[in-house]
Order: sequence, then C-alpha cells, then structure tokens
Amino acid sequence: MLSLLWLVPTLPFLGFLILLLFGDRMTKTLVGIIGAGSVGLSALLTMVIGYQFLASPPPDHAFTQVLWTWFEVGGFRPEIAFRLDALSLVMASVVTFVGFLIHLYSIGYMHEDSSFSRFFAEMNLFVCMMLVLVLGDNLLLLYVGWEGVGLCSYLLIGFWYQEPANCTAAQKAFIVTRVGDTAMAIGFFLLVTQLGTLQVQDLMHKAGEMWEPGSGMAVAATLLLLGGAVGKSGQLPLQTWLPDAMAGPTPVSALIHAATMVTAGVYLIARTHALFALAPSVQFLVAVIGALTLLLAGFSALVQTDIKRILAYSTISQIGYMFLALGVGAWSAGMFHFMTHAFFKALLFLAAGAVIHALHHEQNIFKMGGLAKQLPVVFWTFLIGAGCLASIPLITSGFYSKDAILWYAFSSEGGSIWLWMAGLAGAFFTSIYTFRMVFIAFLGEPKGHIHHRPGPVMLVPLVVLAFLALFSGFIELPHNFAPVQMFSNLMDTVFHSHGHSHEEHSSAALEGILQLTAGIVSLIGVAAAYFLFLKDPSKVEKISSTPAGSFLQGFLLRGWDFDRLYDTLFVNPLMALARINKGDIVDSLYNGLASLTQMGHYRLKWIQNGAVRWYAAGLALGAVILLGVFIFT
Amino acid sequence: MASIPLEVSLFLSGLLFSLGLLGVLVRRNILFILMSLEIMMNAAGLAFVAASSHWGVADGQVMFIFIVTVAAAEVSVGLALVLQLYRRIHTLDSDAVSVMRG
Repeated sequence: MLSLLWLVPTLPFLGFLILLLFGDRMTKTLVGIIGAGSVGLSALLTMVIGYQFLASPPPDHAFTQVLWTWFEVGGFRPEIAFRLDALSLVMASVVTFVGFLIHLYSIGYMHEDSSFSRFFAEMNLFVCMMLVLVLGDNLLLLYVGWEGVGLCSYLLIGFWYQEPANCTAAQKAFIVTRVGDTAMAIGFFLLVTQLGTLQVQDLMHKAGEMWEPGSGMAVAATLLLLGGAVGKSGQLPLQTWLPDAMAGPTPVSALIHAATMVTAGVYLIARTHALFALAPSVQFLVAVIGALTLLLAGFSALVQTDIKRILAYSTISQIGYMFLALGVGAWSAGMFHFMTHAFFKALLFLAAGAVIHALHHEQNIFKMGGLAKQLPVVFWTFLIGAGCLASIPLITSGFYSKDAILWYAFSSEGGSIWLWMAGLAGAFFTSIYTFRMVFIAFLGEPKGHIHHRPGPVMLVPLVVLAFLALFSGFIELPHNFAPVQMFSNLMDTVFHSHGHSHEEHSSAALEGILQLTAGIVSLIGVAAAYFLFLKDPSKVEKISSTPAGSFLQGFLLRGWDFDRLYDTLFVNPLMALARINKGDIVDSLYNGLASLTQMGHYRLKWIQNGAVRWYAAGLALGAVILLGVFIFT
Repeated sequence: MASIPLEVSLFLSGLLFSLGLLGVLVRRNILFILMSLEIMMNAAGLAFVAASSHWGVADGQVMFIFIVTVAAAEVSVGLALVLQLYRRIHTLDSDAVSVMRG
C-alpha cells in the first residue's frame, strides 16, 4: 500500500485537470462530486497508508518513493521523489482530511456562484501543490509545491476578480510572500553550492558534518530559509498580507489561510530542523519572532470588527505560537499545535462562513448578534472552536497543544521566562478577543436577518471538525497528567529527541503550577470579555471615544500601521521612481539613435528616384571623385 | 608604318568614353543609352589595344576580345529587356520606368 503514495497528490491533480478542461460543461452536482471526491479519495488513501505506516513501520520510520530523476547537471541530481515519515504523514493527513471537509462544505457555500467549477479546479490544484510541498523528498520539489500553493492562494484570493479591491489583496499577498520566497531561493542556492544537494536527509547529514554549530554558513542559510518561512506564514515583518487575504471566499480562508498553506513555514523549519539546530542564534530569533508576532496580532485582533479579520489576526497569532515552539526546540509541540490549530481554525472559519452566508455577506460582528438561537448548530460548533482557540482548560485540544508550547517556552534550553510571559499574555488576549467575537456575534439582541440556513452539506463538516477539535488533544497529554504521548512519540522518529532533555531537570509540580496559571489566565480572559463586551459595553465605548482611545483603536485596527510604514519606506519611493522613469530614461539613447537614422533616411530619400540616368550620373560622379583622389594624393 | 603616339590614342579613347557617358546621361531613349554604353565600352577597348601595341604585349589584345564578348552578351540581354519593357509600357523613355523608386 505504501507504494501508492504517488497517488495521494495525483488524485487532486486529476480532479483539477478534469475540472479545468470540462468543468464548464458539467452540472454543478458533477463538479462537486469530482472536486470533493478527488480530495476525499486522496484523504482515504492517506488514511490507509497512514494506518499501514503506523501498524508496520518501514525501516528508519521513513518510506521514500523515487518516481524518476528530474534532471542531472554537474553532479546535482534532484529526483521526483516522495518521502513519508511521521512529519509528512501528519501534514498530509491534515491537508487531505481537512481539505476534504472544506471541499464538501464549499459545495453548499459556493453553490450560487457562477464560477463554481473554476473554484473547485483551483482548490484541487491547491491541495495537489500542498501535498507536493509536504511530501517532497528534496527542497527543490518542496519549492515547486511552495510556489504552486502561492499561485493558488493568489488565484483564490482574487477569485471574485470583478472587485478591484480583491485583486489588490491578491497582488499584495503574492508580492509580499515573494519577498520571503526570494530569500528562500537564495538560501537554496547557498545550500546547493555549499553542500551539493537539496535532498533533505543528505542535507542535514552533510551540514552536521561540514558546519560547526553557530558557524557563519549555517547562520546565513537558516536566516534565508527563515525569510521564506516568515513570508509564507505571515509572521513579523511580512505579516501584512494575511488580513487582506480574507478577500477570498471563506472556504479559501479556512483551507489556505488558516489550516494549511500558512503553516508551510512551520513545516519548512521543522523539516530542516537539523540546520536550525546548528544555528542557535537564528533559532532564538525564530522564538522571538514568534513571541512578538503573537502579541502584535493578538492586540490587533482585539479591535477588529470584521469576523474574518479577527480570525486572520488570530491565525497570525497562533502561528506565532508555533514559531515560538520551533524556536525553543520543541519541534513536536509546534507540530501538535499545527494539527489542533488546523482543526479548530478551519472549524471557526467554516462556522463564520455559515454565518456570513446566512446573513448575505455580512461580515461585521456588530451587525450580527443573537445568532445563537437562530443558528444553533453553527453556534455550538463555533463555541467549541472558540474554546479551543482560547484554550479553555482540560476539555479542549487547544489547551493541550498551547500548554505544551508554553511549558517548553519556559523549561527547554532555548526557553526563558520572557518567552513564557509573552505566550501567557498572548493566551490572555486570545481568550478576550475570541469570546468578544462569540458574545457580540452570537449572543445579545438579534440584528441581522437570516436569508438562508446552511444545509447538511455545510453542517456535517462543522460537526466533524468540532469533534476533532475537541478530542484531538487527548492523544498527547502533559507528562504530569498521564503517560499518553502518542503524538510526540511519533514525532520523535523524525526529530530524534530534540527538546526532550527537560524531562530530567524539571519537576511535575512546577509544570502543574504553570498549567494552572495558563488555565486561570484563559478563564479570566473569557470573564473579561463577558464583562467588557456583553454585560456592560458602555465602558469600552467610553474608552474608545476619548482621543487617545480612538487613536489606539485605529492604530490597532490598521494592524500597527505596518502598511503605512511599508508604503512610506518601499512602495511610494518605488512608485515615484517608476513615475520618473515612465518614459524609459535609459532607452532614450537608443531611441535617439533610431530617430537620427530615420531623419537621415527621410533627408536622403529623394535620391532614390528610380531614374536610371540619374543613377548613372551618380556612378560617373563617384568614379571622377575617386580618380581625382587617386591622382592628386 | 609610323606609329601613332600613345597620348593621341589615349586622348581619343578618353574623348570617346566621355561622349558615351554624356550620351548615357542625356539620352532618354533606352536604345540610345545602350548604344552610348557600347561606345564607352569600345573606348575602353581602344585604350587597351593602344597600350598593348605601345609596350608590345599581347595582354591588351586578349582583353579586347573579352570586351567584345561581354559587349555582345550585354547587348543581347539589354535588347531582351528593352523588348520586354516596350511590351509592357509601350515606350522606350527611361524616365517612365522610375516606378521602382524607394
């Protein structure tokens, strides 16, 4: 069965091809069956392969399938090969399974759209590219997937291209991530020239042999790779594209900009973890970027009014947690949070999409209100998602994954109390803004009018995801709770006990205290949200009506004015330069030369008059002149 | 036989050449242009013959035979062209065929 691995990305690709070529002539039912079915089959296959992988692990806990050699130039020989190990298995399972649920949901959500088949074609291509990214055995194949998902992200953000704002958002997402991707490409060049290969396992092996820990090469390579990761995952300083990316349809936001593509940066760092372990300073930078990003995005999420923008900022913030985990060497905790986050954030987006759909494209939470009674299933599933996001203790998966990150941020070798405090503060704000959203949108007085209720095709994915969001946390419990560490045991086959040295020098009591703190903080956050936004909203209004308050509100609403900063620093100078150079200054030399010859041509044209005798006279005159020259010199 | 001085024969050939050139330039009838070309060519031939007899070398005589051959070929091609031209535009005025100007 493992040898069927190549089919996993191929099935969605076939779906894409069929929809691309014949989608316009198909009925919507058939498009839905092919679009969701191809991903569903892929998910089924991944599960079967995963089961076999876990039941009878291949040697070294990794299975590589080489399909063919891509090209061979000067000893550099990348192969089209897929590699299945614990890390790529978890990623591929999440991508296909969550992807399938979102495709299913999209059948209901996009049903009235005229470009139904284009939507599914692009979504299928996305799933294929994402699978190439996570399954690729070498970094070059990963890069193919990386750019492929970037392209699909661009296409799907600008899906409703009749609206110029959507196209601008799509271009912004594409260009900003391109900044990171350029750094990453340079990083790959560096790796090829220095180590001569891009095959991940060889690369990590050779890097360990040739580079000293902390050497300049290792630092440069990991910094460049980090650039790519930061751009794709919407981390500081390239986070500005992600909130605007919400211009796409909501299932797109759920699949691409919450569950899968934006975590590609996390995957890249986890994939090349041995390189990062060689550059402790860069690894610490990863942790700092994560901590800063989670705080910044958490603050911004507090004041947003658009439900999708709140979720976008919370995505940035949660990926910040994953970066924090990677930065302190807690690879498996980072991947665990990736998995739970994929479930509950996809759930939140889909539930928000159901609300937006029901209210006829109303995204402002202050125009919702009282939806709990009108859309009970959506409310309860959204509440479960929100509980996971706010990491409500003991019952939600978000608690277990975030708690693991906080614990490692405090206790592991790279961790410190400052990182832990940043994470804790982030958790506090997370629960405030999450429940602000719940209280304002779902409780209180009804304000909007329900146009149509979501059908079963939209509700089933919500319920399945809610189930996963609640219970996926129980496969990895804290050490002081119970000896259930299925996830990290699985991940250790890839990461080889990185970040587990803490077990000897830490006490269960300390871990318990920290867990209690984290749990209480998130509950206080919920209570604060209740008092501030549901019970007595007048205080918040009073603060935001003062000059300083309204300035702060606007500042946070605009995402710390990063857009304005980048406009001033990069965009406007470039535009000014472009305006100056509109007439192509360099070209004017060549244009001048061309117009000079053209002018000469016009001046001399009259001598070409077609009269034979005139030409003969010219010949004779020329001969006389030549003779004269010969005679008199 | 008293030999004619080289200067005289070269002067005659130069005169003939100039006359031919003048004819080419001023005549509008293509037939006359062809005839003037013949005169120019024979002027050149005269210069060759005079020079060869002056230095007593046979090369100039050989060259003249070549010139006669070339002239015959040129006339046959030229006359064919003239015929074609006349069939098309019913005139022998060289200025009337200036339609190929740039």
